[in-house]
Amino acid sequence: MSVRTRPHRHRRIAAALTVACLTAAAAACAPGPSGGSSADSTDNSAKPVSTDPAKAGKVTLTEWDQNTDPGTNASTAALNKAFMQKYPNVTIKRVSRSFSDLKTTLKLALSSANPPDVVQANQGYPDMGAFVKAGLLQPVDRYAKTYGWNTSFPSQLLDLNRFSADGKTWKTGNLYGVSQTGEIVGIYYNKAKLQSLGLSVPTTLQEFETALAKAKASGLQPISYGDADKSPGIHIFGVIQAATAGKDGVRKLVFNTGGAKWTDPGTLKAATTLRSWADKGYLGSGFNGQSEDQAVASFAQGKALFLVDGTWQAAVVEPKMKQNVGFTALSPAAGQPPLTQGGEGLAWAVTSKSKHPDVAAAYINFLVDQQGMQVSADHGNLPALPPADHKPAADSVYAGVLDEWKAVSQKDGLLPYLDYTTPTFYDTLTAGVQELTAGQLTPAKFTDQLQSDYASFQQSK
Amino acid sequence: MAVTAPRPTARNRRADAPSGRPARRRGRIQWKGYLYALPALAVLTAFLLVPLGQLVQISLYHWDGVSASTWAGLANYTEIARNPQLRAGFLHSFVLILFFAVFPIVLALLLAAVTTRASRLRGVSFFRALIFLPQVVAMVVTATAWTAIYAPDGILNTALRTIGLKAVTRPWLGDFSTALPAVGLIGTWLEIGLCLVLFTAGIGQIPAELYEAARIDGAGVVREFFAVTLPGLRGQITVALTLTVIAALRTFDLVYVATHGGPGNATSLPAFEVYNRAFGTGQVGSACAIAVVLTVLILIVTILITKLQPKEDGT
Repeated sequence: MSVRTRPHRHRRIAAALTVACLTAAAAACAPGPSGGSSADSTDNSAKPVSTDPAKAGKVTLTEWDQNTDPGTNASTAALNKAFMQKYPNVTIKRVSRSFSDLKTTLKLALSSANPPDVVQANQGYPDMGAFVKAGLLQPVDRYAKTYGWNTSFPSQLLDLNRFSADGKTWKTGNLYGVSQTGEIVGIYYNKAKLQSLGLSVPTTLQEFETALAKAKASGLQPISYGDADKSPGIHIFGVIQAATAGKDGVRKLVFNTGGAKWTDPGTLKAATTLRSWADKGYLGSGFNGQSEDQAVASFAQGKALFLVDGTWQAAVVEPKMKQNVGFTALSPAAGQPPLTQGGEGLAWAVTSKSKHPDVAAAYINFLVDQQGMQVSADHGNLPALPPADHKPAADSVYAGVLDEWKAVSQKDGLLPYLDYTTPTFYDTLTAGVQELTAGQLTPAKFTDQLQSDYASFQQSK
Repeated sequence: MAVTAPRPTARNRRADAPSGRPARRRGRIQWKGYLYALPALAVLTAFLLVPLGQLVQISLYHWDGVSASTWAGLANYTEIARNPQLRAGFLHSFVLILFFAVFPIVLALLLAAVTTRASRLRGVSFFRALIFLPQVVAMVVTATAWTAIYAPDGILNTALRTIGLKAVTRPWLGDFSTALPAVGLIGTWLEIGLCLVLFTAGIGQIPAELYEAARIDGAGVVREFFAVTLPGLRGQITVALTLTVIAALRTFDLVYVATHGGPGNATSLPAFEVYNRAFGTGQVGSACAIAVVLTVLILIVTILITKLQPKEDGT
């Protein structure tokens, strides 16, 4: 008997300990701050703005950015250095992480007791929306007024950085930041190959499809496409959807303004079109197992006529193809301004707990004023507000990129990235496109899946 | 045997002893024992039990990771049962058990049995190190290398084309029917070395007389394997099974690097979903619920595996 009781007591004590630990943990308050913390940020808004960081005394400003690629990294470093030279009393501590690293660590950093002063927040519900809801960012409307961001930025760019104070409605309400760079998705083309096929640069979806068919018939791979990383699927689908569903159709869907469904004819047509491209071999074979990098490299080697990708790939293909590559965006109809998805770089935002919001705002203004935009352009980036005298070499791909960006951003042709739709839409859409192009899903079933994600998000709001 | 031997004597002595004093002394000794265990217990509590408790706690809330949470009750758990994509994820990890555990163990047993026939090999330790190499290489490196092998224009397809099997070539990781087995085969490659090293070491401990006896009795290769080698390796097989099954169930990095759960959701796994929901889509409560289910699942499977092993002989 006594022998048997020993293990039992062990077990009892262990069980008691476990229960004690669990209850101790459960008794602690629910995860996350208890509600009402979003009120913190409103106190500042009435205060007058000091625009001279020199008067702020000794200040250490911590900024977190995602500018790790050569162009943006160099321009950010140059601007930080210039700011510290202009204001020797300010020290900027830079923390730079890749986009995905920033995405996973920024939440933790922001909710800590001592967050960075300036951060780059990604637009949309999962990031900026969540930060605003938790009261971690402060509205910058008073700075926008002081520094004239309200007038220097087109409203469609500003709106992407707006959220209602509760973080639930995007594109309206307070301004939470401004962006330094622009980006759009478009079509890169191989100039020599296009010419040898006797084709001109396509400007509408119809012309594009004609070119695809002609390339295929001549034995040339029409589009270099690789979707193993999942994100390129959004881009190619978006380029088609912009043409088939139109400006209002896409905006209603992504911005949740109501009155539109993902099963609408325009989106269904886009799905049917993409599926037919896959079936006809326009996308090549094995694209779901090919990475985006491989697809871009293959296009740069001249193995395909087109590449559907973002302006951020210009610096990748240019060194290999030199003047032989061009960039275009499709218009809904000939003669109309181009319409394509894109946006702006992550918004530079000020955190609620920053001790020097005025210095932080002055720093952000330093990044996005004409001088800041010029420095950005000088390092090969696409500035959100291109300076008037910024002119890349006329026959380079950069000239095409800049022209299309100007046309799209200034003529209301910017469509939002589709994954902004709901917090889980990136997963739903990217998996769906892979299934659609591989013939696992019919176009109708594909749009059903998108709609069901969309509907459940609207219900939870 | 050496372990089990003292137990009966200890039991006898205790049974013989007068009942009063030793009981008290035993109590005192016990508490002192706990005192010694206290540092370990404190570390365990601070770094394992408390986080585990928090995990369970968060799984009962809807939480985006930054703002206030709302009570969810068991909603995050019922979602796992209802969501076909999550259910498929768990199913996929059971398919992986086949590739991570069953195949490597069967193959390693065969290879080990063959090696025992060659009684003395030169450079055995060299080959052992070589075959163990996959375990040493970082998983991300492994996954990247295999991605290149499986790519549409990768080594595998090139090799198939040169021997005239062009019809078989495909984007192995991008094809809905081959993606999961392709990921699984990376696991087989990874785990077979571990199993083989365990088994050859185990065979070394089987007394040579048993093999001699078997041979004198006229046992062939097959008979010898089932009569001597397999029973002698029971312990090692259990260890190998435990390690490889856990490796299969918690697979994350392989899928994160090689397929991102794609194509579609053909290779999505619970551990990958945990990461994706916690850090990607801001569904921290749901991520924790999946983690809890995964933990319980691993616990149950591990217990079942140890149950498979009959208690050590001695009887």
